[in-house]
Amino acid sequence: MTLLELTATEQLRQLEAGELTAAELTRAYLERIARVEPQVQAFTRVNADAARQQAALVDRRRRQGDRVGRLAGLPVAVKDVLCTQGAPTTCASRMLADFRPPYDATVIARLRAADAILIGKTNMDEFAMGGSTENSALHPTRNPWDLTRSPGGSSGGAAACVAAGMAPLSVGSDTGGSIRQPAGLCGVVGLKPTYGRVSRFGLVAFASSLDQVGPMARSVEDAALLLETLAGHDSRDSTSANVPVPAYHRSVREPLNGLRVGIVPEHFAQGLDADVEQAIREALRVYESLGADVREVKLPHARYAVATYYVIAPCEASSNLARYDGVHYGYRWSPPPAPVGGEPVPSPPDADESDLVRLYRRTRAEGFGMEVKRRIMLGTYALSAGYYDAYYLKALKVRRLIRQDFDDVFRDVDLVASPVTAAPAFELGEMVHDPLKMYLIDLYTVSANLAGIPGISMPCGFSSSGLPIGLQLLAPSFGEEILLRGAYRFQQVTDWHRRSPSL
Amino acid sequence: MSPTFVTVIGLEVHVQLATRSKLFCRCSTRFGASPNTQTCPVCIGMPGVLPVMNGEAFHLALRTAVALNCSIPEFTKWDRKQYYYPDLPKGYQISQYDLPMSENGYLEISDPKERFETKRVGVRRAHLEEDAGKSMHDDAQGTAESRIDLNRTGTPLLEIVSEPDMRSALEAKTFLTELKLLLTYLGVSDCNMQEGSLRVDANVNIHVTTGRDVAATPIVEVKNMNSFRAVERALAFEAGRQFEHWRQTGQRLGDVPKQTRGWDDASGVTRPQRHKEESSDYRYFPDPDLVPVKVPPDRVERVRSELGELPAALRQRLVQHYGLSSYDSDVLVNQGRPLATYFQQVADRCGDGKLASNWIQQDVLRRLNAEGVSIHTLALRPEDLAELLRRVKAGDVDTTRGREVLDAMIAQRWSVDEAFSELGIESLDEQQLVALCRELVDANPKIVEDVRSGKIKAAGALIGQARQRSPNANPSRVRQICLALITGDASLP
Repeated sequence: MTLLELTATEQLRQLEAGELTAAELTRAYLERIARVEPQVQAFTRVNADAARQQAALVDRRRRQGDRVGRLAGLPVAVKDVLCTQGAPTTCASRMLADFRPPYDATVIARLRAADAILIGKTNMDEFAMGGSTENSALHPTRNPWDLTRSPGGSSGGAAACVAAGMAPLSVGSDTGGSIRQPAGLCGVVGLKPTYGRVSRFGLVAFASSLDQVGPMARSVEDAALLLETLAGHDSRDSTSANVPVPAYHRSVREPLNGLRVGIVPEHFAQGLDADVEQAIREALRVYESLGADVREVKLPHARYAVATYYVIAPCEASSNLARYDGVHYGYRWSPPPAPVGGEPVPSPPDADESDLVRLYRRTRAEGFGMEVKRRIMLGTYALSAGYYDAYYLKALKVRRLIRQDFDDVFRDVDLVASPVTAAPAFELGEMVHDPLKMYLIDLYTVSANLAGIPGISMPCGFSSSGLPIGLQLLAPSFGEEILLRGAYRFQQVTDWHRRSPSL
Repeated sequence: MSPTFVTVIGLEVHVQLATRSKLFCRCSTRFGASPNTQTCPVCIGMPGVLPVMNGEAFHLALRTAVALNCSIPEFTKWDRKQYYYPDLPKGYQISQYDLPMSENGYLEISDPKERFETKRVGVRRAHLEEDAGKSMHDDAQGTAESRIDLNRTGTPLLEIVSEPDMRSALEAKTFLTELKLLLTYLGVSDCNMQEGSLRVDANVNIHVTTGRDVAATPIVEVKNMNSFRAVERALAFEAGRQFEHWRQTGQRLGDVPKQTRGWDDASGVTRPQRHKEESSDYRYFPDPDLVPVKVPPDRVERVRSELGELPAALRQRLVQHYGLSSYDSDVLVNQGRPLATYFQQVADRCGDGKLASNWIQQDVLRRLNAEGVSIHTLALRPEDLAELLRRVKAGDVDTTRGREVLDAMIAQRWSVDEAFSELGIESLDEQQLVALCRELVDANPKIVEDVRSGKIKAAGALIGQARQRSPNANPSRVRQICLALITGDASLP
């Protein structure tokens, strides 16, 4: 087994034992990036020099016997939606192409404090809006298992870089499935924590009441290790929960008996790909063989989840993205220079706008991509006078019912299992012109965001064409421990997570 | 009969709360710093940052709301009010929309000159919000350049919305004066209008009695009033303008959209203001970055118990406890809490509220105004003034001499004793006084004659002579003794 095929937990053990240096590990990943990144294009930026320096520093401190952080020497890639002080943070948008925040996101500060090696920033759908990473203003990312296919999204770069062995760990964000869906399509582990478990400070907001930052990794153990670093209360985020963070990296391996797993019959209804259904049913048999009690549960309002999500998320997005107006930072449209010796030429269609309105309109027209604009329009419409009650308020009510469904279900079961997506990775360009079909990809994942509960996606098989298939497990609020332990039990007896694409 | 009208006024007052830091970040709220030096990623709305509520701002808002007799709901939340403007960097203002932190209060106003009857002006609601930045437009040089200062962005404001309960410009001005006094007593704002700590917009229309019915004119919002005097003038003007306009057009409420007019203080007129370019659909929705605030009833009661004595109660107490007239009580209380406290200290020590009130109103206030100082910096401790007044009351010194003593005490930093001895004030004993008067009576047979023939006033000349011989001679006593001597009253020693 090569160095890069080891899990992060195994690499960390070698680093701590002195069998491996951070410099060696970082070099190995940088070499891998140099080789496969041109095909996968998972990154918006690779910090090769900074990573090497950081690794050398960690090695020196470890040699000297200094105290080092929990992730000391492990390379971590972070989605380009997280602010990194002084370094470009683009959200894969033309709007923020040159934006360098003067502050670190709290999770970035925590990674630095844990002595992780920040190896690069990963590609995404613009402002995390999309499920294919094709909405990146820079370039699409390709699925390492089939370069003609999408890695999913919006954390497509974060999933693809782990799947392609370009980083052992990465950090994504999940508003409607943006960690779990690409994890599922790329055959890696992705965890969306409970809302409030991880600070959102410095996470460029898409939909504030749904956004969560979470770990992506090769194994459940690795995800537990990274989550432990990311999680915790932050006084700079009013919505972050002041709940103690368990030692996930230890508790993940604790035995688990009498696990009750719920399944929802509607999740296996029409539209589910046969290979996916087979893989999920096989995974459930694995759980039964481990002594789990798999039983049917009801989530009566789940069928409204996508509609509810596509009201709430665009409403919040339309507001959160209002700040990108070309005035204070980011992309700014400027009027074309006047022809020499002549008057400036006003553009006819907007001749009666003020200069200010023209600046706003042109800046936002040129700075944002199609999908972002579509969602801003959806949200602006739904929040408008006369529509608020029918859309936003109604959506909030349904959201409460969806949360109530899960409260009821988790009285009877510990976890709810389902597919992550109805089908394996789709072709690049396949859904670009069918946004509604694209939105329906979120069918299995959005409920967890609406309910605020944690969910994990992990590989549970492959399609006949060799594409990974993901299993999703959901747990009650702040039930990350049982979620991780339940997932870890599966990985103890399967090796789907040990497979790597041939690149 | 020509039509008459009443003016109907409601006010919206924005008060900057006296917190050290802004409403959702730790930047300073100090006024007057160089542009854009009191900003941070949070208040300038950079990507990914989040607001965290300033608990002190909420506390000050709560104090004010309770003092305004508002009911305080147990649950209140934050909303985003969305519009585009360069001095609003997030593209929305964090405010409170449908569940404000307080509602349904009132403030009682009255006029000591009784030009209107004492009334309660309803307070519809008071809610917290963040301020926007300042835009400075400079198109003087044809460059149409605008500059933005974000120092003010995020400063906590309490928006107090009155019911349309005021019926004259005077009532509106009185409401504002009383509100400002209350805020000052609470210590929640410095209420400095020049620095924008207190801003007033008014909604005004008139109800014209036509003989057939009562016609309400379209409501006009009046802005840009930079002093209470300006508010009074603007509203008086606007009522008259609406009456003229109604006479010409007959336009009534509902016929035209609400108009916004700006007060031009120099010309003394209101003028229509250009409408904001964006529509007024603010697309309010709950701010998902902030958690709702829960205010349990016991917290409200604790705040209520810690309010201290407010102007209305203090006025009553000064009347009841110190025997002041309502007018005098009003004058003292309206000077602010420090002067009212000073008065009480003096009154308590000298034992005469009216005397203390007279001296403070006539002598102390005159001096404060003349020298432009506050009661804190006046070089006259309340115990010293009280001691002087005790002696005035005891007849040790007359009022005129007492004023000289007061002046000397302040100018020379003397105590009462020092001033008395430096000015040579000592009370003559009765025998000296009688001896002095006897001499005067003997030396002035003409006056004695006049008095005996009924011209009592003639005795005044004797008082003047007595003062010349001894400045310490108490004029009223001299007069008494002289009259007794002349009329042969036997009760003299």
